[in-house]
Amino acid sequence: MKAVFRKPEKFKIYLKAIFKQMDFVGVGSLGLIAIISTFIGAVMTLQIAFQLVSDFIPKTIIGSVNRDSSILELSPTITAIVLAGKIGSAISSEIGTMRVSEQIDALEIMGINSPGYLILPKIIAGITMVPLLVIMSMFLSITGGYIGGTLSGAVTPAEYIQGITTDFNPYTIVVALVKAFVFGFIITSVPAYEGFYVKGGALEVAQASTRAVVVSCITILACDYIVTQLLL
Amino acid sequence: MIEIKDIHKSFGSNKVLQGISGKFEAGVTNLIIGGSGSGKTTLLKCMIGLHHPEQGSVEYDGREFTSMNFEEKIEIRKEIGMLFQGSALFDSMTVEENIMFPLNMFTEQDRKEKLDRVNFCLERVNLEGKNKLFPAELSGGMKKRVGIARAIAMNPKYLFVDEPNSGLDPKTSIVIDELIKELTEEYNTTTIVVTHDMNSVMGIGDYILFLHEGKKFWEGSNKEIAHTEIQELNDFVFASRFMKAAKGKF
Repeated sequence: MKAVFRKPEKFKIYLKAIFKQMDFVGVGSLGLIAIISTFIGAVMTLQIAFQLVSDFIPKTIIGSVNRDSSILELSPTITAIVLAGKIGSAISSEIGTMRVSEQIDALEIMGINSPGYLILPKIIAGITMVPLLVIMSMFLSITGGYIGGTLSGAVTPAEYIQGITTDFNPYTIVVALVKAFVFGFIITSVPAYEGFYVKGGALEVAQASTRAVVVSCITILACDYIVTQLLL
Repeated sequence: MIEIKDIHKSFGSNKVLQGISGKFEAGVTNLIIGGSGSGKTTLLKCMIGLHHPEQGSVEYDGREFTSMNFEEKIEIRKEIGMLFQGSALFDSMTVEENIMFPLNMFTEQDRKEKLDRVNFCLERVNLEGKNKLFPAELSGGMKKRVGIARAIAMNPKYLFVDEPNSGLDPKTSIVIDELIKELTEEYNTTTIVVTHDMNSVMGIGDYILFLHEGKKFWEGSNKEIAHTEIQELNDFVFASRFMKAAKGKF
């Protein structure tokens, strides 16, 4: 890990690699995260409406529960889990293939700090793009709740809007962004580690890729609990 | 000149190298030969710092390499070119980008200068005009030649070559061997080739170091190798029917 954060040989080349990884991690995941977030928001609204069938509970509560659930838990965690599968396996197999085909050795022989060149741009892309994706996911999840709730008649547009604007605590956004930052680091660093130290051939690269996703998901859930415990 | 002294390397209880010493001069083709599992690739990796020997030293023109820190090793590595057994080309980059990569990393040349150098290197390995091809579009021999072009891009003082003939037909093998010898003599590089190919041994082996079961058994030139009394070396050199038949003619 120390080698990852050594001074880059040439900043310009690292910057180019960072932008390339940002495109891969961020722009490349926009569609998937958008679809998942919208549907989860819609389904959440329907389920909350289904469970809160009481004349004593105002329907505006549906909007506020969906808002807080999306911001605090669903958007950061589900985005991270999905990205661990999509980005994590790609990172692990890319670096693992480079390891078994001696491309990493070739970098070392050229005098390049291979952990820094291969892993640092991915980590920077992760900790910057995952929070942005999570922000988008929050917005789309709440919007999905509005669409799902109003189309099904579970809640009126006015009730939903009143719900999501009542008693909003901006601190929940801070908690979500802290989670996103931590998850962005996990999603990129764990698979990079698994790929970097792979030994063998194609089978071992595939196994490292699977292990990377499993370890990333478990680490994300454990860190989710720890961050929630610490910040709420 | 590269000098290795008393190199020892083990993996667990398996002693792969046991006290290997040798001197590899500049301007001649130095070969490390031996059967599979004899430790020749491990020795090469110890010399370039991919493995750390438990004992012994590697000196690059008097500069002790094994005890250097990361930054000091980088300075030596900038003087090293290496052709890997599987070529190790970056498969997401074109031929041109592969050769230009070390130039991008370590020089302040403008794009035209770098492109001129790439074209010169490609010309040197007879691959003019193949700039935009990806490694997946190249044959085994072409990959090796691109690997050599990348290795010489930075004008290395030391050239390491790991099994240059593996997977190649005999004719292409000779082309690669001759290219390595030409470059060595032309640029006065200290070239070390790891091989078990007898054509290479007889063709370009100016200095040969023979390893057997992790120990140095013999050193000499290709003119001397066929006339030794060492059983292990004779078993290796004359293993094929062709070499047995040609034994008296060397």
